[in-house]
Amino acid sequence: MQAILLIDFGSTFTKVTAVDIEAGQLIDTASSYTTVETDVGEGLEFALAKLKKQTGLENFQKRLACSSAAGGLRMVASGLVPALTAEAAKVASLGAGAKVMKVYSYQLIDEDIEEIANIKPDIFLLTGGTDGGNQDCILHNAGMLVDCKADFPILLAGNRSCAAECEKILSKREVYRCENVLPQLEKLNIEPVQRHIRDLFLRQIINAKGLSREAELISGIMMPTPAAVLQAMELLAKGTDSRPGLGELFAVDLGGATTDVYSMASGAPTLENTVIKGLPEPWAKRTVEGDIGMRYSAAGISTAVGLERLSQLSGLKPQKIVEMIKHTEQNPDTMPNTPEQSALDFALAAAAVETASARHAGIIEETYTPLGQTWLQSGKDLTKVKTLIATGGALIHNRDVSKIVTHALYNESVPESLRPKSSRILIDRQYILSAMGLLSIEYPDVALSIMKKELEDVSI
Amino acid sequence: MEKKKLVIGVIGADVHAVGNKILYHAFTDAGFEVINLGVMVSQEEYIEAAIESAADAIIVSSLYGHGELDCRGFRDRCNEAGLKDILLYVGGNIVVGKQPFEEVEQRFLEMGFSRVYPAGTSPETAIEDLRKDLRIE
Ligand code: B12
Repeated sequence: MQAILLIDFGSTFTKVTAVDIEAGQLIDTASSYTTVETDVGEGLEFALAKLKKQTGLENFQKRLACSSAAGGLRMVASGLVPALTAEAAKVASLGAGAKVMKVYSYQLIDEDIEEIANIKPDIFLLTGGTDGGNQDCILHNAGMLVDCKADFPILLAGNRSCAAECEKILSKREVYRCENVLPQLEKLNIEPVQRHIRDLFLRQIINAKGLSREAELISGIMMPTPAAVLQAMELLAKGTDSRPGLGELFAVDLGGATTDVYSMASGAPTLENTVIKGLPEPWAKRTVEGDIGMRYSAAGISTAVGLERLSQLSGLKPQKIVEMIKHTEQNPDTMPNTPEQSALDFALAAAAVETASARHAGIIEETYTPLGQTWLQSGKDLTKVKTLIATGGALIHNRDVSKIVTHALYNESVPESLRPKSSRILIDRQYILSAMGLLSIEYPDVALSIMKKELEDVSI
Repeated sequence: MEKKKLVIGVIGADVHAVGNKILYHAFTDAGFEVINLGVMVSQEEYIEAAIESAADAIIVSSLYGHGELDCRGFRDRCNEAGLKDILLYVGGNIVVGKQPFEEVEQRFLEMGFSRVYPAGTSPETAIEDLRKDLRIE
């Protein structure tokens, strides 16, 4: 047997997954609390001890890890126009697995610089202007950032015509130059920035997050957990040279504080007479809803959908819901032990999935011209996507998971939201996606076959 | 010399796509860098594209007759967005029916457009004017 260990240092749990490469099989998984305060190594040792008890394994040919511990990869970005370079910078950061704390557009002011110093991002992504386009904004922002009190690397990915000048302005800081995220308005160019972000994560952020001792024990890749999940999804959709994938897919990862949504799809229009608006969309897209989560962000769900909707979904009275949500936020360990809490959790989860999926998917608007209907599409049309994946602690342990995640699908009462119309639902019951993303870098065939086997079809 | 940049598109709910493609090729062949926003373009989209790309001119087409409504406030928004001196051209079939062109032109000039073209104006006319207005030798 050739065993490989995959580690996920999560914000609350450290999870280990053992895989037999020769047999192409999942051996087992185990987890323990993450111990950021002391030393993340402790949590890992506990998890490994559990795994050893379950499987007898303690020697691994390789150890690969991803991490979202200590706040994950925290980034701040700035661009020029909100819908253009600022959006491109955000899309690039999210796709690299970052937690985007704030996105600025236009010229930074003193208050912004102070705010950035308080946020203390792991990386600042400075963009603005297409190649040959606007220079004033990024030059101004470089001049503002140079004296920002916090210490963080700046990734420069704006108008190439003034990249050298920006670099000079920022020369007393740590600064890296890379290709423009939006070299032309019709061309999103996020991969070079994302490679740089991963590089920086590897080289320095791991140290800052107290993971360096672990890094010595780890033979290969370290990446932010969401980046690993994204890798897994991409592989699952596209397949390898020798094995087919599942085709385009849509995925929801519901957590306690945030909800992540992924789509691996072109999002091209499926209706005739459609005019597309906005930035080009990346094929592999990740969005994060910071205000939507089952525990810490329960009130955010209520704000987003309204008490009426939660009441309708749960059968509870609005007043009762208000009280319970307050309690839930203050006690994030609340378990659905009573019928009422179960009903509320169902409603919160369904509403979270509904909101986050609708924000991720594109929108179609009907406009009537004298010759009849024309469609205006912004974002991705996912209506023809045939696979929906559910992951995240709040979903995979829920008995009603298939009912909950149908709320991520197309809804006749909101026809403008371009979500999948008929998808089968696969659930990541073993919570292995991040591990498979790590594994996929060297063993894509094994990772793909494990995912195909372990993801459980719970379509109703 | 660096190429001058034009943002072009058909404004409003207008879907007439053919003339737009012809203009794109004509301007590109004449040595401009052209950012083509296609049809059904809002004022905001022209302006955002012009800001990000530091364009030298915005060329608005309107074919379906609602041009006057669609173009209202365009110059004000450009000013607001910091595109102070950007050239603003408009052409196509910018109003409904047969109105004296001088009156139409006057109204569009008052709205802040730099040049206004009657129906049937060829792209070459606009190209010549651009060369003059942008002082291209
Ligand atoms: C084909 C066509 C359609 C097609 C468009 C298909 C498509 N997706 O492109 C369809 C059937 C969809 C259509 C619909 C309508 N159309 Co129609 N259509 C035409 C038609 C027959 C040809 C347009 C064309 O492609 N011409 C060829 C291109 C090369 O010329 P162009 O578009 O005029 O562009 C050139 C010049 O105008 C100029 N130009 C354009 N912009 C600018 C800008 C500057 C700065 C400069 C200098 C020059 C310039 O340069 C271009 C290239 O040489 C014209 C009549 C005609 N013969 O022009 C009517 C016409 C434009 N349509 C008209 C109308 C009213 C409509 C409708 C409102 C209703 C209808 N009658 O069907 C709808 C509107 C739909 C909408 N929301 O936009 C009217 C507009 C009347 C007006 N403005 O007063 C026209 C003039 C017909 C008419 N005489 O009634 N139409």
